[in-house]
Amino acid sequence: MPAEAGSRSPVEAGLRHRPRWRWQETVFWILAFGSFFLTSDKHLLVSEIAILALFALSLDLILGYAGIVSLGHAAFLGLGAYVAGLLAKHGAGEPLLGLVAAAAAAALAGFATSFLVLRGADLTRLMVTLGVALVFGEIANQAAWLTGGADGLQGITMGPVLGLFEFDIFGRTAHAYTLVVLFILFLLARRVVHSPFGLSIMAIRDNPLRARAVGVPVNRRLVAIYTMAAAYAGVAGALLAQTTQFVSLDVLEFHRSADLILVLVIGGAGYLYGGLIGAVVFKLLQDAFATLTPQYWLFWIGLILVVLVLVGRERISLHAHGVLGRIFGRLGLPGRRVAPLAGGEPRP
Amino acid sequence: MLTILFDGVAYGMLLFVLACGLAVTLGLMNFVNLAHGAFAMAGGYVSALMLNRWGVPFVATLPFAFIIPAAIGLVLERTLYVHLYGRSHLDQVLFSIGLVFMSVAAVDYAFGSQQQFIRLPAWLQGRVEIAGVQVGLYRSFIIAICAVLVIAIQLVLTKTRFGSRLRAAVDDPRVARGLGINVNGIFAATFAVGSGLAGLGGALGAEILGLDPSFPLKFMIYFLIVVTVGGTSGIVGPFVASLILGIADVAGKYYVPAFGAFVIYTLMIVVLVLRPQGLFARAR
Amino acid sequence: MTAALETIGLKKRFGGLTATDDVTFRLEKGARHALIGPNGAGKTTFINLLTGVLAPSGGTVLLEGADITRLPPDARVRRGLARTFQINQLFPALTPLETIGLAVSERLGGGWHWWRSLGTRRPIMAEIEAVAERFGLTDILGERTATLPYGKQRLLEIAVAFASKPRVLLLDEPAAGVPEAERADLLAAVAALPREVSVLLIEHDMDLVFSFAERISVLVNGALFTEGTVEEVSTDPRVRAVYLGEAEH
Repeated sequence: MPAEAGSRSPVEAGLRHRPRWRWQETVFWILAFGSFFLTSDKHLLVSEIAILALFALSLDLILGYAGIVSLGHAAFLGLGAYVAGLLAKHGAGEPLLGLVAAAAAAALAGFATSFLVLRGADLTRLMVTLGVALVFGEIANQAAWLTGGADGLQGITMGPVLGLFEFDIFGRTAHAYTLVVLFILFLLARRVVHSPFGLSIMAIRDNPLRARAVGVPVNRRLVAIYTMAAAYAGVAGALLAQTTQFVSLDVLEFHRSADLILVLVIGGAGYLYGGLIGAVVFKLLQDAFATLTPQYWLFWIGLILVVLVLVGRERISLHAHGVLGRIFGRLGLPGRRVAPLAGGEPRP
Repeated sequence: MLTILFDGVAYGMLLFVLACGLAVTLGLMNFVNLAHGAFAMAGGYVSALMLNRWGVPFVATLPFAFIIPAAIGLVLERTLYVHLYGRSHLDQVLFSIGLVFMSVAAVDYAFGSQQQFIRLPAWLQGRVEIAGVQVGLYRSFIIAICAVLVIAIQLVLTKTRFGSRLRAAVDDPRVARGLGINVNGIFAATFAVGSGLAGLGGALGAEILGLDPSFPLKFMIYFLIVVTVGGTSGIVGPFVASLILGIADVAGKYYVPAFGAFVIYTLMIVVLVLRPQGLFARAR
Repeated sequence: MTAALETIGLKKRFGGLTATDDVTFRLEKGARHALIGPNGAGKTTFINLLTGVLAPSGGTVLLEGADITRLPPDARVRRGLARTFQINQLFPALTPLETIGLAVSERLGGGWHWWRSLGTRRPIMAEIEAVAERFGLTDILGERTATLPYGKQRLLEIAVAFASKPRVLLLDEPAAGVPEAERADLLAAVAALPREVSVLLIEHDMDLVFSFAERISVLVNGALFTEGTVEEVSTDPRVRAVYLGEAEH
């Protein structure tokens, strides 16, 4: 049945509602890129934020969209960082090459380990992912001939981006580079989650039993999204290695994964912007606290976690908006005009 | 060889005392308390401070290493943990990680980040040779204490009224309440005892495991391995798992140091994937 | 003629308990067939074996003559075997529009498309519209599924299965729990299912069974007890005995 030009059926309008680009998003990205001109002394901070945001975006893909909890996402961040760092150290200094290699390596690792998280309850997945990250950390630690072990990977020299933009000590190039990479990968992720593939991922999160019953090959889809998320985390790791020109075992540490969940809790999972907003808030908080009591930042993270859980956030497995998501309104969250499911409500 | 076995057994016993509280909260109360190691750390610090600052004999500090973490556990259970029973595991994990972070930073703030040393009394130092095997006196002491504790815990859980009430409370809290069982009180008491045992383990283990503010994070994974490999349906599974882990870790570090903890982590993943309910638990 | 769906000697044991006991069963093409039986007779186990949620201990499942015994659930759906659930199994955070769209896109092999959204695919949209109209869901397509009235959720439950364009449709107690006011819509939707879809109805509600089914099979203790036309089964004293014996609870 040919649709008349100009007029949209309710079906078409309804299906285009969720993927529609909203003006808030334009504002968000104008602000993001505007940061380049506003903050001459904050280039490094912004690139740190962009990297964390990309990392959080990666976790959001599996946690917010696919409903897979992970306590070990740092495994892929670390792998990406080491791959990019090693490439640069051994002569291949082109940053984009490093990104691609890191993404490929992390995707491969994600693909291989995705089969471990297909089954099992949340608790099993939490522990398996934690275990995978520990194994990666242990490998990096033991393979000191390659990774530098506890001393870290030193002697990384980066070439200019695209052969044109040299990394400078103020972090101007790093700032622009990380933001552009984040933006491109964000657009890609946005496309993916609003595609039929993305719809099937959300369906699996909501009800795997039913997803199978409408013909969704659940396991293969989960493997695919997990692999994609791992590649994203790998790119984040590569950016980290390239902008700091250093990689240490710290990139694989447990606190990286734990912080990351906190970022998503702050920003809200399941709508892509949660990770970005969470990253901004997290880093700004860290920056603020760091000037007061640098070594006790851990205490404040812990306190925030405890308070957030106790005051009753919406369960992030139910892809709720999170604290700031609610303040920022329903950015990119159509079809969610009403209160979340019972059980997802904040408890009194 | 036998010395390594002996050290491994001592290490495993210690792990069990440290982790059994976690096995109970997870298995019986279905609560993932990653902050369990913080209570162990508390016990270790209590012992170290009493010994080093006030000169209390090591053995005399041990009751306090139990009582003080138990009291902290009781207070936290009543004020905070109680709100999280029945919440998702992810919530519980986030909450308890938060507590871990706070405890790590707080201890760092109060006592500094350096290692705490516990100087053992002379009669616990040194080694003796029994039937050709070098046996550390302190490790024998640990084995003796832990063996007593294991038997005591098993008896309490299976033979006493408290044990049967606890099992009833876990099976169906509503029915148990209907039978006049003080479910909240039982949970609180269990939690407190578990925390106290962890504290005692922390004090006993300070010499072997080391004691600094990062203790809860460093050993969290060991406790989790004990619980996941051993299963949570009783304490026999975790006990066996502790012994295996202890022996494997000591032997691994001795014979194949290059592998490090790699083998143990891999083992945990394999067990989790193949038998999520634990190696020694019957499938439900 | 090949049956739409057939089982040969299908068995399922849970430990010592036999939940499905050597069931040999035929669902003819275009059939309106009901499977009844007292509580605990193993109806749901049987459905789970047909759809692949459970693996049988023995026996074969044939869909239009092809052996599907070892296929996973999603592959069976793609081959034309769809089901509804006794307890709603929907996607709370998605809209009915997206839910039906998902089923249609998966059937057309679009589930791996990761670039263009469903809103750009005319054939899919036309199908969604047709399915929504058939089940009276057009007005609420854009609502969140979790907030729909129960009767609408029940209709969506069937609509999703129907959107997979099954040749065999298993309806597991479609009217369970639907309030009286919304019942008529649901029964009408079930009655209006097209003839090219062979339907196996698992039901407790005898009014629905007698009004809908042409043949009835009775399952007792996991085994086929009897089978016949509505007339034969409804007058069979043994069936009455089975039901009366169980009717107390």
